[in-house]
Amino acid sequence: MSDFVTLTIDGKEVKAPVGSTVLEAAKLAGIHIPTLCYLKGVNEIGACRMCVVDVGAKSLQAACMYPVAEGLKVVTNSPEIRESRRVTLELILSSHEKKCLSCVRSRNCELQKLARDLNIQDIRFEGAEQNFPIDDLSHSIVRDPNKCILCRRCVSVCKYIQTVSAIETVDRGYKTIVASPFHMPLRDTPCVNCGQCIVACPTGALREKSSIEKVWDALGNEDLYVIVQTAPAVRAALGEEFGLPIGTPVTGKMVSALKKLKFDKVFDTDTAADLTIMEEGTELVNRIKNNGKLPLITSCSPGWIKFCEHNFPDMLDNLSTCKSPHEMFGAMLKSYYAEKMGIDPSKIFVVSVMPCTAKKFESKRSELASTGYPDVDEVITTRELAEMIKEAGIDFVNLEDEKFDDPMGEATGAGVIFGATGGVMEAALRSVPYLLTGKDPEQVEIKAVRGEDGIKTAELEVAGIKIRAAVAHGLGNARKLLEKVRSGEETYHFIEIMACPGGCVTGGGQPIQPASVRNEIDLRTERAKAIYQEDESSTMRFSHHNPTVQKFYEEYLGEPGGHKSHELLHTHYIVRENYPEDCVCDPQ
Amino acid sequence: MGVCCCKDSKEQKLDEIIARYKGTRGALIPVLHEAQEIYGYLPMSVQKRIAEGLNVSLADVYGVVTFYTQFSLEPKGKYKINVCLGTACYVKGSGAILDKLSQILKIKSGQCTKDGLFSLDACRCVGACGLAPVMMINDDVYGRLTPDDIPGIIKSYRDKEAEAV
Ligand code: SF4
Ligand code: SF4
Ligand code: SF4
Ligand code: FES
Ligand code: FES
Repeated sequence: MSDFVTLTIDGKEVKAPVGSTVLEAAKLAGIHIPTLCYLKGVNEIGACRMCVVDVGAKSLQAACMYPVAEGLKVVTNSPEIRESRRVTLELILSSHEKKCLSCVRSRNCELQKLARDLNIQDIRFEGAEQNFPIDDLSHSIVRDPNKCILCRRCVSVCKYIQTVSAIETVDRGYKTIVASPFHMPLRDTPCVNCGQCIVACPTGALREKSSIEKVWDALGNEDLYVIVQTAPAVRAALGEEFGLPIGTPVTGKMVSALKKLKFDKVFDTDTAADLTIMEEGTELVNRIKNNGKLPLITSCSPGWIKFCEHNFPDMLDNLSTCKSPHEMFGAMLKSYYAEKMGIDPSKIFVVSVMPCTAKKFESKRSELASTGYPDVDEVITTRELAEMIKEAGIDFVNLEDEKFDDPMGEATGAGVIFGATGGVMEAALRSVPYLLTGKDPEQVEIKAVRGEDGIKTAELEVAGIKIRAAVAHGLGNARKLLEKVRSGEETYHFIEIMACPGGCVTGGGQPIQPASVRNEIDLRTERAKAIYQEDESSTMRFSHHNPTVQKFYEEYLGEPGGHKSHELLHTHYIVRENYPEDCVCDPQ
Repeated sequence: MGVCCCKDSKEQKLDEIIARYKGTRGALIPVLHEAQEIYGYLPMSVQKRIAEGLNVSLADVYGVVTFYTQFSLEPKGKYKINVCLGTACYVKGSGAILDKLSQILKIKSGQCTKDGLFSLDACRCVGACGLAPVMMINDDVYGRLTPDDIPGIIKSYRDKEAEAV
């Protein structure tokens, strides 16, 4: 037991591991200490002093930082402690733009909840009006500094988890603000639009750039044929917005809700995920056979793509030229489907529901318009879909299950697992043997690439070829892996990279779970379970078995990787300089 | 602006500084200090070069530059005007002095005139409270000021410049 110490918290004896904090020990004892800036594994800097406790020292100490020690006596509740926490919170609130009624985070705001939990009745301080400008020039992210409480969670996630470091606390005194260098709009920085800052933020200071009104407008426009597609990870988390337990798959209810919102067709992006596997698998096989550029790196994650364009411009040729699945789907809808159904492609409006904020930026890339029209017209996040469902007054929880529309709603289990880290790799490795030998592999599941390790590797022998594969999620991990590849320290044939830690299930557009939940359970694992369940229960588990995809090739595309595919389903990338000199902003 | 004409030699010096500090802990602040000595201020191009050189993000550099009062994002003028906003001076109306300067120089506190002649800043107590309100122009102290004194003082510097040409 030498690895444990015994301390007392509020008179209760607790055994806690050496090196843990008072906050963690209190949790073990079932004692709640309020926190605000603390987010486990992301932001452990003791900035807000909301968690102060009495450890018998001269002054109150932050429980989230204070280490346990043998014999330590801790008090978590006393008049002095309550007063200190209240003063801290009232000071934060005094300069906070308190517009809860119209705030995106109302009812899911950690600051609002804390104010109620601490029984704040009155704010005794007059705060200076801040009136910082809102930065809403990015296609993906909106920053409203007037609602920022300077907890720095966004800074930490951007700097240490994603290694993008597009934002910092800048300036001093009451002008302190989280911003990009030279107060540049986020749009002009190396920000990759991943939205991990949004899901880390306790308040309404960060949100996605909303496309809801544009989608309502399209739905109300009788000239338009409005098609919606939903990414695999959406169904694994949407239920949380309606109070269902984390990890509840809600595919049927989601489809039903979308039909009630009056989309003309409700399709599954998973179908296009299967199509992606055919294209990307073929690309891999060709590169291996013809001594092409290796490793091949997946291109489904637009946050990762922009990161690569900024930070690994020398490796752009390693990227798969495949568009991300929803963009492929959009291109197919405005070509194949339009022709088949006799609809003018200019009248088709494609909405993608994505767990991702980076896909908003992606959909605005001018090169993603194979038919002359944008492949995808608008992207909304899982959160925005929930808002629309609520706004329409739909009783989500009690909806009957419905099925995706034919003929583009069919998908395999392989397409579904795209939503979890390792999923694209696993789906590809299920099909590569077929692409090489015409036979299905005996083993369907490839567990080595599943799970929450930051970097996972696997080796697989197919038709006498050894394929070395690696999977990284979270851009910090991606950077680590790629630096090894760049230096030649490691060699691989195939690498999957997802910008968000955990992959799409914990994407920046997913329902926001507060620190109180994220500090306790691993969201990624819980949501991924829903995804793997759907795969296990699928009758088809290989992308190349998807009859819709087979029809795409027979009726329209010809061969995977063929001429028509290239026209519609592939793209190219550009080198992006970090802070190009010409965006020196005018200092005023 | 003045920086560009002799950029090359300055840039070379900057690179030497970066090379000297590279790999040492806490290098950023001393490098910024030395860079400011060369350039007089820390424009974006300089901060960018330091970020790349020390392998930290521009956001990190900018955060540090804007946190410490000794770093400046704006060039400083040939004549650096500092108006004391310490308590004694403030009580005796140094705010109005600052406003007057800002009005006739057409710049805000923290900025520099287009011709590079004057920069205007507020500072803390300079230890001449007996003379409050106080301002300094380079090393010269001006005390017991009223806003009406300001145009004359500025004119005397402009005249000095005109003679020198
Ligand atoms: S951030 Fe929270 S406390 Fe502030 S206005 Fe929004 S809901 Fe209210
Ligand atoms: S979206 Fe991602 S890259 Fe951009 S500021 Fe937020 S965390 Fe950083
Ligand atoms: S924007 Fe949000 S996460 Fe970032 S410091 Fe402000 S309150 Fe914290
Ligand atoms: S200081 Fe402990 S939660 Fe902020
Ligand atoms: S307060 Fe201005 S000199 Fe002391």
